[in-house]
Amino acid sequence: MTEVSDSLTESADALPTIPRGRTSVFELPTGLMDMAAAGPIHRLRYADGHVGWIVTDFQLCRKVLTMPEFSSRPDLRHSAIHEAIGDGQPPEERPGMFVGMDPPEHTHYRRIVAAALKLGEMRQLQANITERANALFDADADDRVDLVSAVASPLPALVITQLLGVEEEVSHTLASCLERMLSLDSTADQVREMFAIIFSELGEVVTRRQQDGAPGFIQNMIEDGGLSHAEITSIAFQLYTAGHETTTNMIALSYLYLLANPEAAATLKGDERAIADAMEEFLRFFSIIQYGISRGALEEVELGGVTIRPGETITISLPAANFDNGRFPDPYRLDIGRSDRGHLAFGFGVHQCVAQQLARVELTVALRVFLERYGDFALDSYEMKSDTIVHGLTRLLVRQSGTRKP
Amino acid sequence: MIRADRYRCCGSGMCVLICPEVFDQDDSGLVVIDADAVRTADLALLRHAVSCCPGQALSEVDSAGAEKSAANERK
Repeated sequence: MTEVSDSLTESADALPTIPRGRTSVFELPTGLMDMAAAGPIHRLRYADGHVGWIVTDFQLCRKVLTMPEFSSRPDLRHSAIHEAIGDGQPPEERPGMFVGMDPPEHTHYRRIVAAALKLGEMRQLQANITERANALFDADADDRVDLVSAVASPLPALVITQLLGVEEEVSHTLASCLERMLSLDSTADQVREMFAIIFSELGEVVTRRQQDGAPGFIQNMIEDGGLSHAEITSIAFQLYTAGHETTTNMIALSYLYLLANPEAAATLKGDERAIADAMEEFLRFFSIIQYGISRGALEEVELGGVTIRPGETITISLPAANFDNGRFPDPYRLDIGRSDRGHLAFGFGVHQCVAQQLARVELTVALRVFLERYGDFALDSYEMKSDTIVHGLTRLLVRQSGTRKP
Repeated sequence: MIRADRYRCCGSGMCVLICPEVFDQDDSGLVVIDADAVRTADLALLRHAVSCCPGQALSEVDSAGAEKSAANERK
């Protein structure tokens, strides 16, 4: 794609790749903060051998994410971890894939979606999400329950399915495709194959909504009339795929933390304000987009004492930024009362997670409902994801007691 | 005083989340400011909302309308 100078090519093998792997679930990828301690920006070798950069300083991460010199276009970015997955975005460009666009093209789509997902509107979903969360907890009355498969995974899927106006059966079919699309064990061909399946299924959903007029965001976009079938499918695709794994793993990790820290659970129970603050701290502390996000330099840029050249990819380490002690005092302490919403868990700049307020409502509800039932559960065991774009748990087994009926 | 650049607003809802008495989102998801509420709002919260705006659409301005130095990112 682009050339690097000879001197860099010769020494590229000696350059670090992105720190990967964790010794425990609540620690950052091993070596990441050693890298951060050495400076704000560092050379990085990408999966395909490209030589780019990684930013670990909070202020510099924010700066990169707001500079128009850095593009979100997938064709201008190399992946630090996988030949096809990048930072989890669609492997192919389609009309309406606005996560991979720059302003002003991006702005058009962003505004349509942001208008549909505004905070006030999302808060109106609280009662419905609470009902669904309670039903999921009630559905599994066994002595031992996996809270990932029983609650954390189905809840975001049900919510986004209903919000978009996708049939629940379709959502079940797509769940395994999505998992394989986002797995680092999948080959590039498998990733593209799963992408094609999900995209085509959602395209058929859009066609059915055109015919049956069933309600939801897909229907609203059809009625507004400004977007093509392919654009609506792309928007549905992005909301469906981006909001699932992330919310699931935030719920699972939060539950694990509360099970392991009963005093925190006692503090939060019944206190909406405290739950909201704790959720922000969970977002910062878990930093589940563990390998960060990336941009491609369009021009030469002086940044943090180095010169970025056009064509170079720059990775923004969201976890490193969220543990920058210049911004977050005592960053390794999970302080549920920190009351700080300035973390970069949702990114920054005009691409900051467009569904973040939906995620917040889902997470708050998931926490509240769990805390109401907290006394029924005791931690049995859990399994951490080994090496995935989104950090989290594959399993969270609890022993369950109490008087609830299935 | 707080100034909002609706052209830069990306509808994240961060300002409404942090300081709901001052900020709201209109039907198009873009920021609107209640100028009266700004006068009585908690200044630390207001500044946190300004600094957390991902589109950098918010700025603190003095009475003459001049932008104050970049909002301190620390709360």
